[in-house]
Amino acid sequence: MKAASFRIGTGAGFSADRLDPAVDLARRGDLDAIVFECLGERTLASGLLDKRSDSALGYNRLLETRMRAVLPLCRAGNTCLITNMGAANPLAAGKVVVDVARELGLQGLRVAVVTGDDATHLLDKDTHLIEPNCALKDFEPHMIGANAYLGTEGIVAALKQKANVVITGRVADPSLFLAPLQHFFQWEYDDWARVGAGTMIGHVMECAAQVTGGYFADPGYKNVEELAFVGFPIAEVQHNGTAVITKLPDTGGCVDPRTVKEQLLYEIHDPAHYLTPDVTADFSSARVDSAGKDRVSISGAHGRERPQELKVTVAFAGGFVGEAEISYAGPGAQRRARMAGEIVAERLSQVHGVQTTPRLDLIGVSSLHGTAGQTTTDSQDVRLRCAMRTPARKEAETLLWEVESLLCCGPAGGGGYRGYVRPSILTYSTLIDRGRISPILDVFDV
Amino acid sequence: MTHRVTLRKIAHARAGDKGNRSNVSVFAYDPKHYPVLVDQITPERLQQTFGALFTGQIQRYLLPQLHGLNLVLDEALEGGVNESLNLDSHGKSWGFLILGLEVDLP
Repeated sequence: MKAASFRIGTGAGFSADRLDPAVDLARRGDLDAIVFECLGERTLASGLLDKRSDSALGYNRLLETRMRAVLPLCRAGNTCLITNMGAANPLAAGKVVVDVARELGLQGLRVAVVTGDDATHLLDKDTHLIEPNCALKDFEPHMIGANAYLGTEGIVAALKQKANVVITGRVADPSLFLAPLQHFFQWEYDDWARVGAGTMIGHVMECAAQVTGGYFADPGYKNVEELAFVGFPIAEVQHNGTAVITKLPDTGGCVDPRTVKEQLLYEIHDPAHYLTPDVTADFSSARVDSAGKDRVSISGAHGRERPQELKVTVAFAGGFVGEAEISYAGPGAQRRARMAGEIVAERLSQVHGVQTTPRLDLIGVSSLHGTAGQTTTDSQDVRLRCAMRTPARKEAETLLWEVESLLCCGPAGGGGYRGYVRPSILTYSTLIDRGRISPILDVFDV
Repeated sequence: MTHRVTLRKIAHARAGDKGNRSNVSVFAYDPKHYPVLVDQITPERLQQTFGALFTGQIQRYLLPQLHGLNLVLDEALEGGVNESLNLDSHGKSWGFLILGLEVDLP
């Protein structure tokens, strides 16, 4: 290893994240480990549907592209690669990685696959779903699958076996970062303070550019240089669980206390009780301090015993969403767009007998913040958006037809029709005793 | 003598989502404005102003050492990514909804 500190970088913060900043990190980052976090709450459900149509699919669609670009660089830099790009089919993903490595001549590369997150067989009709507060049997005909959030154990076991690449399915996002820290620094599983600190580091890193200037710029208020070429983050971690967050020189974006503070609380509820499979982390006394240009130190996290139950995300097929849009501009645009929306609603119910009322947005006047009561009144460039959720694809298609027919039959000057129907996936959560879930490790040598 | 400014002038914010729950963190640029956040960006005010969107309970966690606070907004995503037909079903823009509020500076 390179030094007493551990350098870990983020190669992706979501399934569709950019490739070039990851390649740059793998080439110039002098990293001990690079993590590609690519599995959102609902991404896994899409993978389950892919796998249903072809049993060799179900992993992240950019897996092969990413591996071709970074594996030789990781090999050259002795950088371990950890990713949840296995999604719904980690073993198939492992095979892809082995095939790519073989093709690239990376003999001796060790690829580990962590599974065991599939919890479908552990649920029954009485399993309680948290948010809708009902039993599974009320949804069961449409269940796609269920996956538990694993902690670090499987990844740490893989690293102990000297894996160069670790592919997982559902693992809690911060655990992907915490695992190599636990392995390198030999932190005990019940060293809650350090596990809490490592979890905070993972949490700050897991969304990649969101801590280096992405999802942040607000010109005139929060200026960010060269955002088009934003660099992905690096954490320089010390044995005591403190870290400096930074990025490569000559990349765009910025790392300063403002970007780090925003990311520290991103998708956190009570900062004193952040539950992961590894720890009950406590960020309430966290400190965020500037440590030079594009360098920010984070410290002060704590932790308490991990929860006894694991979160399981259960995915269901939820019918279809139809969305259709048409634009109006110039004088009177708002009144014409509003009239168009009223016509669509009226015809759906009176001509087609559709019971569902469509949502009507006037983009440019009242859309994202429309429900909150925020309206702009002076816009003369307005896009009507009609949206509907329905169990029947045909009804969603009828919505599209009605909006398109406005071109000839609706108010004056309507143009730019677009329409889409997409399947809708619902996800709900349940809890399961951790004793019922164990990670499974498979190791393959190239 | 106080003067009134948009919150965006003195603070920055970020929104996140989980299910039908949104959270918006708000931080003062200048530590001297942290008390303005504490006094004026309250759950009661948010409920009153944006109650049609923020339909559930609102919890607020203070982080004085970061000069910021975390607003946790239950049932604030029109059903969340499962049910919402809002274009922004994650509520990514809720931070700017709150930054549009006006505050009085001492």
